[in-house]
Amino acid sequence: MAQTPVIQAGASAPAFPALDRRRARRAAVWRRRRMVLLFMSPWIVGFSAFFGYPLVMSAYLSFTHYDLLSSPRWIGFANYRYLLTQDPLVWPAVKNTLWFIAVGVPLQVLFAFGIALMLTRAKWGLGFFRTVFYLPALAPPVAAVLGFVFLLNPATGPVNTILGKLGISGPLWFNDPAWSKPSLVILSIWTVGNTMIIFLAAVLDVPKHLYESAELDGAGPLRRLRWVTLPSVSPVILFSIILGVIQGLQYFTQALVASSVAAGSAVQGGDNPQTIGYPENSTLFYPVELYQEGFRFFHMGYASALAILLLVVSFAVTTIIVVNSRRWVHYGAAAR
Amino acid sequence: MATASVQLEAAPFVRRRPPATVRRKRLLMAIGEHSLLIAAALIFLMPFVFIALTALMTHNQALSAQIWPHPFRWSNFVDVFRQAPLWRWFLNTLMYSGLATLGVLVSSVPVAYALARLRWRGREAAFLIVLIALMLPPQVSVVPLYVMWSKLHLVGTLWPLIIPNWLGDAFSIFLLRQFFLTIPEEYLDAARVDGCGEIRILTTVVLRLAKPAIAAVALFSALYTFNDYFLPLLYVGENSHNWVVAIGLSEFRSLHQVLWNTTMAATVLVMAPVIVIFFLAQKAFVEGVTLTGVKG
Repeated sequence: MAQTPVIQAGASAPAFPALDRRRARRAAVWRRRRMVLLFMSPWIVGFSAFFGYPLVMSAYLSFTHYDLLSSPRWIGFANYRYLLTQDPLVWPAVKNTLWFIAVGVPLQVLFAFGIALMLTRAKWGLGFFRTVFYLPALAPPVAAVLGFVFLLNPATGPVNTILGKLGISGPLWFNDPAWSKPSLVILSIWTVGNTMIIFLAAVLDVPKHLYESAELDGAGPLRRLRWVTLPSVSPVILFSIILGVIQGLQYFTQALVASSVAAGSAVQGGDNPQTIGYPENSTLFYPVELYQEGFRFFHMGYASALAILLLVVSFAVTTIIVVNSRRWVHYGAAAR
Repeated sequence: MATASVQLEAAPFVRRRPPATVRRKRLLMAIGEHSLLIAAALIFLMPFVFIALTALMTHNQALSAQIWPHPFRWSNFVDVFRQAPLWRWFLNTLMYSGLATLGVLVSSVPVAYALARLRWRGREAAFLIVLIALMLPPQVSVVPLYVMWSKLHLVGTLWPLIIPNWLGDAFSIFLLRQFFLTIPEEYLDAARVDGCGEIRILTTVVLRLAKPAIAAVALFSALYTFNDYFLPLLYVGENSHNWVVAIGLSEFRSLHQVLWNTTMAATVLVMAPVIVIFFLAQKAFVEGVTLTGVKG
């Protein structure tokens, strides 16, 4: 890290007596503090209003009954008790979220890494292929979901049409509780471009001489991958796993849009038939449940309790991953 | 004898033409790798192709099993604007995206500079808090914020989406700080010796050197706001006058039941601006993504 020398205003005027020098220095320190304060001021205000205040307030509201109309009423641990023991939707929501993280994140990392590896082996067209694999990550999530619900729609979607021509009767995808989450995982793999770019940069960064010395030692391609590439990019793998888990805990847009669009095409003309979580709460992820409680039912106190639990779990999971990673992440030659 | 020949081979270490069997094996492997790559690329392109093709079909054809449009119905792209107030959605998005991005730049650059290049007590702690804010799920703070904005009578307008961006954005601060750290101290010292204050150093030297990072932050912010769904759903979801593109598109199908062809036309129109901007600014994108990952 670069060091910034402290400007010493007093030092430029050595002829003054000590008292003046001290006063000048103190004035300079104050000028400096005002400067830092000025530069940091947007963040200080923003942090207090949009981070500190809501955090404290969420904690308070989670102990109250609050519907936005009347003022919050203190009810102790009742929200948490209901959350942990009675609410019939929390457990499915937690299970869906865990399923999505446990299945989705490893697949995303695997595909991103696999594509990055293939790209490094390409003799020509690297730029073209990189663009092709990155492009889906740019598609606005709502547009991507809409596209996928169409592609995978059971009756006339191109995917089931092609499968039909091959003699396979395709599943009902977003309309089948057993297939809705796998469909979302496929969508998440399609949009894995950001992770892929980061892996690509990391793999290209592995020092060439490591491969050469491994080759001289008689290591084949697979062993070079295992003992040179993987250890060198392990910090990036850790980074993408953490990011994947955090994003998995926040998974919302795709699930909500997919369920409402798929439900819309199943139940035509119905005026908002239970679309959240469609089909059969299989896409009811934890943030979706939080949204439903808070902003469809306006159970603000209960939604706050759900939010606090999400916060605690997010921190716990991130910490556990970071602590466990010390065994397999190498901050060695290739990492800076 | 054996050891002597091995030494003779190893000593000069000049690249020689490998024997024919090795060459054939390498060729086969390269062909295999490239076909795999091409196959994967085709699969990744397929969704775009099908979406675009369906956008050009007639309604009846979109409901059939045919894959190639016949005839090509370009007027779908006109019908979309007649079926839904797409222009208003785009204008609202432009306002949200533009004002938010401007705010992110104005507010995050000085903060990042103070975190990277000024020395003060509590700097590391402040940066740690920025990192924590980066990891915090937005759902955690959303209930009290919704209450706050509704007390200010701003729910239903775009302001709850725009204003927070004028007060520093954790991701942008993080990315800019990482870049500011790479600027050589000599440039800043030279400016200091010339009598520049920190504000002038920031606005002249640093901003000029950090153009790629600033471009990346602006792009990411514009992209994020264009794609954002959760917060617009909360704050303008009930007021269709202020819908942004993401909300409008998600409601498009419930407004027009089962019109897959125009729904896909709308999808194409929403994807188009992002993809066009990407091709215009590809370098900034890729550099920005790499900056977040490798130097993180």
